[in-house]
Amino acid sequence: MNVGSWMLWGFVATVALTAAQVATQELRLTRVNIPFMLGSIFTPERSRAKALGTLLHLVNGWIFSLVYVAAFQAWGKAGAWRGMLIGLVHATFVLVAGLPALPGIHPRMAHESWGPTARRQLEPPGYLGLHYGAFTPLTVLAAHLLFGAILGAFYRVR
Amino acid sequence: MAWTQPPIHDLALVGDCRSAALVDRRGDVVWLCWPRMDSDALFASLLDGERRGHWRLRPEPGAGAGGGWRVERRYIPDTNVLQTSFLREDAEVVLTDCMTVADESDQRRLPLPEHELLRRVECIRGEATVEHELVLAPTFGRKKARVHAHPTLGLCCEAPAGAFLFRGEVPFSETPAPGTFGGRFTLRAGESRRFSLTYSAEAPAVLSPLGDASDDAIRRTLRWWRAWAAKCTYRGPYRDAVIRSALALKLLCYAPSGAIVAAATCSLPERVGGSLNWDYRYCWIRDAAFTCRALYDLGYADEAGSFIEWLLHITRLSQPRLRVMFDVYGNPSPRERVLEGARGYRDSRPVRVGNGAVLQRQMDLHGELVDAIYAHCRRGGELDRDTEVLLAELGRYVVKSWHLPDQGIWELRGPARPYTHSRVLCWTALDRLIELHRLGHLHRVKLDVGALARAREEIRRSVLEEGYDPGTDSYVEHLGGHDPDAALLLLPWYAFEPADSPRIRGTFRRVVHELSAPNGLLFRNPALREAGDGGFVACGFWAAELLADGGGPLPLARAWFEQLLRCCNDVGLMSEEMDPQTGEAIGNFPQAYSHVGLISVALALEARARRERGRPIPAVVAEEAAP
Repeated sequence: MNVGSWMLWGFVATVALTAAQVATQELRLTRVNIPFMLGSIFTPERSRAKALGTLLHLVNGWIFSLVYVAAFQAWGKAGAWRGMLIGLVHATFVLVAGLPALPGIHPRMAHESWGPTARRQLEPPGYLGLHYGAFTPLTVLAAHLLFGAILGAFYRVR
Repeated sequence: MAWTQPPIHDLALVGDCRSAALVDRRGDVVWLCWPRMDSDALFASLLDGERRGHWRLRPEPGAGAGGGWRVERRYIPDTNVLQTSFLREDAEVVLTDCMTVADESDQRRLPLPEHELLRRVECIRGEATVEHELVLAPTFGRKKARVHAHPTLGLCCEAPAGAFLFRGEVPFSETPAPGTFGGRFTLRAGESRRFSLTYSAEAPAVLSPLGDASDDAIRRTLRWWRAWAAKCTYRGPYRDAVIRSALALKLLCYAPSGAIVAAATCSLPERVGGSLNWDYRYCWIRDAAFTCRALYDLGYADEAGSFIEWLLHITRLSQPRLRVMFDVYGNPSPRERVLEGARGYRDSRPVRVGNGAVLQRQMDLHGELVDAIYAHCRRGGELDRDTEVLLAELGRYVVKSWHLPDQGIWELRGPARPYTHSRVLCWTALDRLIELHRLGHLHRVKLDVGALARAREEIRRSVLEEGYDPGTDSYVEHLGGHDPDAALLLLPWYAFEPADSPRIRGTFRRVVHELSAPNGLLFRNPALREAGDGGFVACGFWAAELLADGGGPLPLARAWFEQLLRCCNDVGLMSEEMDPQTGEAIGNFPQAYSHVGLISVALALEARARRERGRPIPAVVAEEAAP
């Protein structure tokens, strides 16, 4: 594995994914704010949750990029299309399994079945994250395709 | 029952210092803009019909006047939490309305919605059927709202600006009217139900769990407002009115930037059925000095300091020429547009959103700004080097441009004129700059004090010679003119001339004689009065303040002020104007300028009383000008 290339392009791809998600939120395509969602696991305070969540998101991106890199290494070559293919699988997993399972993991997220409680008040994402806006699945997919494309295009298999 | 728009004086304001809603006496939220005060409205039925959005929660009307229910309202003392009591012989229902706020420790401890309008309906005695109706109409109802109902999470309405989420403790369903949700439920003595509407720009949104959590949120809100009101240092005889005005002003303050908007609404008419319908959800520099002094003198140094910071920020964006108004972040207010298809408040059309006065030249702004900064420095404020540079630049601009005609304080949309008030404010700008320099606040910049002093004297001479009409023994609206102008009552306030000088007394007499409206109010000028303008509330307070500042005996000033207090509605709020025929409130509501005027007079009366304590009452100098 090319550690230097993974660290550099894993970081760049994560930054690009984060920027794409911020842009889609600013364009009002979705309300989803991944840093807030992650950070609010640890603190209810909105501004601190966002700061903490941004850090966690960057670290997560790096960790997930290892899976992409492992696939490139197994194939013996990288490439934007290959990266996007993994991004498609990744996004599908996030939308179909990750987001709906979140209320079970997140200590402050309400459950679909019984609504918010004094402790769990955050809106659950719902199937495909549709509670966060009708275009949420598309924005999540686009961000992950971008992530995979950058990683695939620039990672050098050793 | 057919929908009717409520009288303006039937409105009460709730807010969270970033946004505001208006609730009428029937328990209907008829105005709500989220996420900011100048955002497109979610509820705008005040300006049209129910289809523009509203939220009704009230006991079901029966037969008889007022639907069989007598209504009493009040804010819980020292708070902006509104309580509306519906009373009948055999039942009493209390509706509590607030936008939730929390202090910093609660914000660290609890997940809180970005904005929340919380309503609790309680049956105190007897039994009542409560009617509930909600129409969500984002962006002024221009597009059909997409609302999704979820069995446990409530209603979610996605809009371009974010999501509006509604939850309630009773089942509700879509009624036959499209986009309308509601129902009826019965409450018995001791029972209560809570309803929450929240806004979220981002996901996951915070959903209200209702129940005890809602009661806690109301308690937190009460605590927050009481702590804020307790900082008020005014202890005079008009404390209730002053605190209410301060609380209203705080609601009109946009906390993230320190800006204060002129009013919470747009297009409430200055003449019912007419076209003088403007958007006041922006910030004018005009009342900066008044507002700043009022906040400082009430003990709200933080708010005054934030307001000064905001003023300096916006001035840097456009100096040396100042814009008339700004949005809450100091950007130019949006271009004026007409809300197509809107009926308007009691057929007052067009309904305007945005404000075209932004393009006017108004030479009085410089004086207002510099006077506010002067007040800040006199109360211990410091200026940084950039601000000193900015003030020096403003001074140079005024020296160069004071003679230019403008649209004046009343933003008249006719030809520009050399308004006397504007000239006096140019004089004020130069006078305060010279004084700031003398006090050592402008020591880091090169300031040609001689040029400033020469221009100041030149302006003064022009006002004394051309702005004063010896025939009528009064200052006049514009140089070389003859008409009176209520704004001239401010001349002593800016220390252009003492309140008890013969010229000011003459001006006062003439303004009162020619521009008097009922209840101690004044019309702004003869032309506006002829055009059907109402009695301007702030002008009435200027008259009372002139008396309090030495233009008349203290009892007369008090009597004038107490008469003006009748312009407040049942919960102590005031609009911009009063209809001289019907006595009804007109214009945007509630109006910061009116409330600043009230506070300013109460403080002036208190200062005068302190000065006179232990001294004989001075000779009567203005009895003939009694209201």
